Amino acid sequence: MTRALHRWPGLLAALLLMTLALSGAALSIFPAAYRVAAPQAASGLTVATLAQRIEAVYPTVGQIRRAPSGEITAYWFDNGVPGAAVIDPTTGQGVANSDPNQIERWLTEFHRSLFLGDNGRIVMAVGAGAMLILAVSGIFLVARRTGGWRRWFSRVRGPMSGRLHVEFARIAVAGLMLSSVTALWMTASTFSLLPDEAMPPNFPSQVSGETGFAMADVPTLASTPVSALRNLTYPYPDDATDVVTIETDTGTGYIDQGTGEMLAWADLSGWARVSETIYMLHTGQGAALLGVILGLMALCVPLMAVTGTIVWLVGRRGRPRIRGNVAAGRAETVVLVGSEGGTTWGFAATLHAELTKTGQAVRVEPMSSFNPARYSHAKRLIVMAATYGDGDAPASAKSFLDRLEQAQPAPGLPLSVLGFGDRSFAHYCAFAEQVQTRAEALGWHQLTDFDTVDRQSPQDFARWGRALGQAMGLDLELTHQPVVPASQDITLVSRRDYGAEVQSPTAILRFALPRRSLWQRLTGRGLGRFAAGDILGVVPEGSTLPRFYSLASGRRDGFVEIAVKKHPGGLCSGQLMALEPGDTVHAFVRRNPGFRPDRSKAPLILIGAGTGIGPLAGFVRGNTRGRPVHLFFGMRHPDSDFLYGEDLTGWKQDGHLTRMVTAVSRSQAPSYVQDALRTEATDVARLIRQGARIMVCGGRGMAEGVSEALADILAPAGLTPASLKAQGRYVEDVY
Amino acid sequence: MKPLLATLAVTTALTAPGLASARPVTLTTNLNNYGGPGAYLALYVTDSGGNYVGSLWMAGGRSRYYRHLSDWYRFTGGNTAEVNGITGASVGSGRSLTVSLDLSDALFDAGYSLHIDAAVENYRESPSEIVVPLTTAGAGTPVRGRRYIAAFDYSF
Repeated sequence: MTRALHRWPGLLAALLLMTLALSGAALSIFPAAYRVAAPQAASGLTVATLAQRIEAVYPTVGQIRRAPSGEITAYWFDNGVPGAAVIDPTTGQGVANSDPNQIERWLTEFHRSLFLGDNGRIVMAVGAGAMLILAVSGIFLVARRTGGWRRWFSRVRGPMSGRLHVEFARIAVAGLMLSSVTALWMTASTFSLLPDEAMPPNFPSQVSGETGFAMADVPTLASTPVSALRNLTYPYPDDATDVVTIETDTGTGYIDQGTGEMLAWADLSGWARVSETIYMLHTGQGAALLGVILGLMALCVPLMAVTGTIVWLVGRRGRPRIRGNVAAGRAETVVLVGSEGGTTWGFAATLHAELTKTGQAVRVEPMSSFNPARYSHAKRLIVMAATYGDGDAPASAKSFLDRLEQAQPAPGLPLSVLGFGDRSFAHYCAFAEQVQTRAEALGWHQLTDFDTVDRQSPQDFARWGRALGQAMGLDLELTHQPVVPASQDITLVSRRDYGAEVQSPTAILRFALPRRSLWQRLTGRGLGRFAAGDILGVVPEGSTLPRFYSLASGRRDGFVEIAVKKHPGGLCSGQLMALEPGDTVHAFVRRNPGFRPDRSKAPLILIGAGTGIGPLAGFVRGNTRGRPVHLFFGMRHPDSDFLYGEDLTGWKQDGHLTRMVTAVSRSQAPSYVQDALRTEATDVARLIRQGARIMVCGGRGMAEGVSEALADILAPAGLTPASLKAQGRYVEDVY
Repeated sequence: MKPLLATLAVTTALTAPGLASARPVTLTTNLNNYGGPGAYLALYVTDSGGNYVGSLWMAGGRSRYYRHLSDWYRFTGGNTAEVNGITGASVGSGRSLTVSLDLSDALFDAGYSLHIDAAVENYRESPSEIVVPLTTAGAGTPVRGRRYIAAFDYSF
């Protein structure tokens, strides 16, 4: 809901907001320029003295005005010819032309009404309203994205356009809210919707009828500082019934021209004062610095309009179109999708297509639209839920659990929950599990057993599909072709070969980092940002299914590096192992935020075997801050498959690595990495007590062995691998 | 323009015979090219004693700005009832305003004067920029204003 409230006004008003923001930013320069250019009155200078000085130079002066910038303008009438000039208050002399700046006038008219009169003012007010809605909804969206109000300023991840959008918003949102609220107030004031009209006092019914009292001697003027002056109007020459009119920042009064007495005075009303303050805040007239700051903030608007539109376009592209989606009221099967990135929508589209083929009426919609009252013909509900970040609900499913609590479970409406996730995360499919648990507790009937799909596995999906088919009495074969992210060619620059002697041909392959265009960076296309521990997807020739390798380098290293072991008959590893420098492969990056060293200073225990050393070596290479790092590395023989052997020695000397323990399996006393852990049990236990974080990378067998060894090592301290995992201190990247 | 006639008739207490002999008058105001936003203009009549008699036309729709037409405002206290039904749009820089109305014969050659107050946003106020006696002989003779009004004339 908040997202829709952000998206649609944003897209619709983007152009209008850009014109408003750019003209506003341009206008913000003027008050500052006037403030700098205008000769300022010395503090303590009174209106009486100022009037005296001006009269000495311009005897026929009829009006003296002070702008909020401090600029003083005098108007006079010489032999029927009107004159005016900007005055230097120290001399009373005219120093500059007082004609309003034509560019400023043009911009003002454009900014407030697009030269369309009242209709234009209303259009611009709608723009200000849209700006306010965008600012408020955006504040909530940022809180949601960063995971709470306290983390509102924390780093955001994802494609550049989204990051920039949030960063600009953080800079500008306060100013944009101020500008839009004040704009709406000013519009209301212009259309007389506010009781803020400045009311001059009633004209005195009686005046002395005398003339010629010197302005310099008028008590009120002698006690009014120039800084408080707005306007001083002289009586008409030869009109004894006229008066002196003085306007200050507190009110308006009439002074007798014969006696210098104040005849009538009216304070500014509270409303009028508020309106004046609002006017100052919006225009910067009288608050030039604020004006410039607001103007700079306004410059973020076009940038946000562009990045925001790209975010929308990219998000739309990522979600497949569902052909023949039935209305909610007519559907027999309702599929609810909760997905942040859009991959789960692909699975939902496959399910939709297959069920539709069997003659079912199927509705696919986001989980946030869940509303059982609309499903009048539904016979079953299917929830396909991904997990966002660290066990959170995806954005399109945030409100689902609340709605589920309120909904009445219907006996004829059984529910099936399928979770999508990545087993390498500590909270695998946590949100889907939560949905399942709540649904059960609330008494929803189960259509199938709870199931999960690991890393978009088509096999997992097909297995669940068969169970669903059985429950529905259908022969359902779901063949899902995962959406392969747009890949690009990367070129091998060097390779280092290992392991041939121990029947385990392995290579460290280093590819050149392709240059990214600005558009690719904005849309998150191209290889994007990556760090060691992220995943490189390689699409082999003759296949559409990518294979995944852990990255041993980050973008900062300036190259793309992976460690590959040749699998007998392996299509992708075979092709990679056959690469020569200059050859290319199709590849893309998938982020793996769960497998990163955190940013703390606590010791790091890295455990890996074989090609699992890849990301661990990347972490060591990137450890420039001297964090204690302890590496446990298992290999077959140090003379053959000691991947990164020389580099690790060098890194140890440079202080990137505190300690390295190797385990060699092809020796007289074969040892595996879990054995090395047990040998070092005391040290390992001590490190963990100090808050160490454990990162494991390698084959599943090794990971299980490591987990068992750690269980034994931790038991005396009352800890378990599971408890460490729950704290996020024990992460695995297993294949 | 009937309401105007009625207003004038009431405020000036002109008698029925006077009213019977009314004639159509065209008031033409040409503005200088002063380059600013649209000008607010108040056209009104004073008697030989300088007292306010009634309004003929108000160019400018927002009453909150009427106080800048300072003479008219002082006479009327900003009472918008004075210009009800005889209010039009403000007049752009370099443009002209033409108003046709039926004016009582009794207003001419009897010491009445026609005033025009002008005001432009962010520019100097110009009350009674035009003050022209209403005479039969003066009809068709253009009068120059001091600031915003290039020429004003009334003709039968």
